[in-house]
Amino acid sequence: MSQVDNNEAASIPESDAVQSLLPSDRLNIIRHKGRPTIKDYMPLLFTDFFEMHGDRLYGDDNAIMGGIGRFDGIPVTVIAEVKGRDVYENKECNFAMPHPEGYRKSMRLAHQAEKFHRPVICFIDTPGAFCGVEAEKRGVGEAIARSLYEFMTLKTPVISVVLGEGGSGGALALGVCDKLGMLENSLYSVISPRGFASILWKDASRESEACNIMRITAEDMVSLGIAEAIIPEADGGAHNDFAITAENISEFLSKSLSEKMKIDIDVLLNERYNKFRKIGEYTEM
Amino acid sequence: MLEDFFKVVTTRFNSALSDGENKDNPEKKKNSVNIPKGILFKCPRCSSVCESEKLESNRWVCPSCGYHSRITAKQRLSITVDKDSFTEYDCDMQSLNPIDFPGYEKKISDLKEKTGLNEAVITGECTIHGERCIIGIMDSHFMMASMGSVVGEKITRAFEAAAEKHLPLILFTASGGARMQEGTVSLMQMAKTSGAAARLSQAGIPYITVLTDPTTGGVTASFAMLGDIIIAEPKVLVGFAGRRVIEGTIKQRLPDDFQSAEFMLENGFADMIVDRYAMRRTLAHLIRLHRGVQIPSKEVSKDVTG
Repeated sequence: MSQVDNNEAASIPESDAVQSLLPSDRLNIIRHKGRPTIKDYMPLLFTDFFEMHGDRLYGDDNAIMGGIGRFDGIPVTVIAEVKGRDVYENKECNFAMPHPEGYRKSMRLAHQAEKFHRPVICFIDTPGAFCGVEAEKRGVGEAIARSLYEFMTLKTPVISVVLGEGGSGGALALGVCDKLGMLENSLYSVISPRGFASILWKDASRESEACNIMRITAEDMVSLGIAEAIIPEADGGAHNDFAITAENISEFLSKSLSEKMKIDIDVLLNERYNKFRKIGEYTEM
Repeated sequence: MLEDFFKVVTTRFNSALSDGENKDNPEKKKNSVNIPKGILFKCPRCSSVCESEKLESNRWVCPSCGYHSRITAKQRLSITVDKDSFTEYDCDMQSLNPIDFPGYEKKISDLKEKTGLNEAVITGECTIHGERCIIGIMDSHFMMASMGSVVGEKITRAFEAAAEKHLPLILFTASGGARMQEGTVSLMQMAKTSGAAARLSQAGIPYITVLTDPTTGGVTASFAMLGDIIIAEPKVLVGFAGRRVIEGTIKQRLPDDFQSAEFMLENGFADMIVDRYAMRRTLAHLIRLHRGVQIPSKEVSKDVTG
């Protein structure tokens, strides 16, 4: 495994400052060139992994990978958004921006998991669903909507982890789950900080400023009741030690699975529904 | 703010005209006189001008091109439900500021004053040609009907009321998407409403969505696309990503009918396009067709659990 040279991370503060990081510092950490992706974590978390392809309707999407493998010896279905680390890898996986067929593949594999009584583990790492003509033609809105619907009623435990960027509906499509864990530096937002700045101030370069007022960190998600756990990364960020970060993810998954696999499925589905049902702040005066 | 997203709708149609693509409107460019609001209506699609009264008597459909213009929830109610049949639900529900977004409270209170609405959707129970149903109408005049906590909660409650009362649900959708000012909380409303839609579906209750101008973003990517039947009004904007964003990605101009109701129909994401004159009776007929018949079956149907 590669330990990444820290020179590129000039803007990332040293580890002892981690607690006082600004959200924009975290944005720099998750954009670090050496940040591990699902492809790095896969061999550290799962054994006997077989990747499955295609949505059986239109095609295959490399921005979402899925398959079956073992976690702690238990067969599981894994669905993950795939980021690349260089331009070639990113071209391959479309910068982790899925097309509708990616979400439809995800639903297909999730249904198989339900049929064969395997839990589903989802990894979120995307700036958002792809914005393009073909995506619209093939109904990216419908594909996301259907994912939310299907995962909400999926009769098997679903655990999700945000690895880096959790951007908008494209992230949420893998985020309807019984338990959501967020890596310490990961972010989860309704729109990318860049998009936020360009809409609000007509100036995309005010991204860091946007990032700091949007409340999108792991801590924010826990306090808003959106995530249940913060998964610690290696000191200074996951890029500094993949193995330690993977171990922490593994611990979270192991705990969450044993907790959720005990629960009667109808009870679990009710809890899943209510987890989202109660999010929102309003008054009725 | 979000409104700016949709300026492009106006400009693309106007610029299409100035490109000379539509020749039956020769005075368009010279006609730059300011039109006083409330007296005349200038169609954002074909740029033709008519008196507001005439537009209103035509159910706010442009008399020259048939564009189904954006109307308020109250106007929509007046042309959709039987007279005096509407009982509103949750009319006092109002937004808080979940992520302490600067200036959000002020924006909401200004809009309340300006629109006379508490939020971007009204929900309730009504009859349409005598058919009882639950109805929800989104109003793009309130912060482009973006979905925050209140919209999410009211829509979810409408789903739950429909399931509880065994009444069909009709939602008129219009939205700029999730409400940025409520951060990730607004994103979660997509999951919440879709979950409620799933429960209604499992209960075997019909759910009809009517896509009106504009239905986009997080609303398209949640309950709007989950109707058993999806109806669209003619020529309205329906899509997921913003047009400018896509144009920025592909570096070319998109055709004018991209992300229209007709585009959705052609690509298989809407069942039908229905105009305002036929809407009431179409909805009533569809509700009647969902009464079903008794089909003999050995199995006694079990209670559906969510």
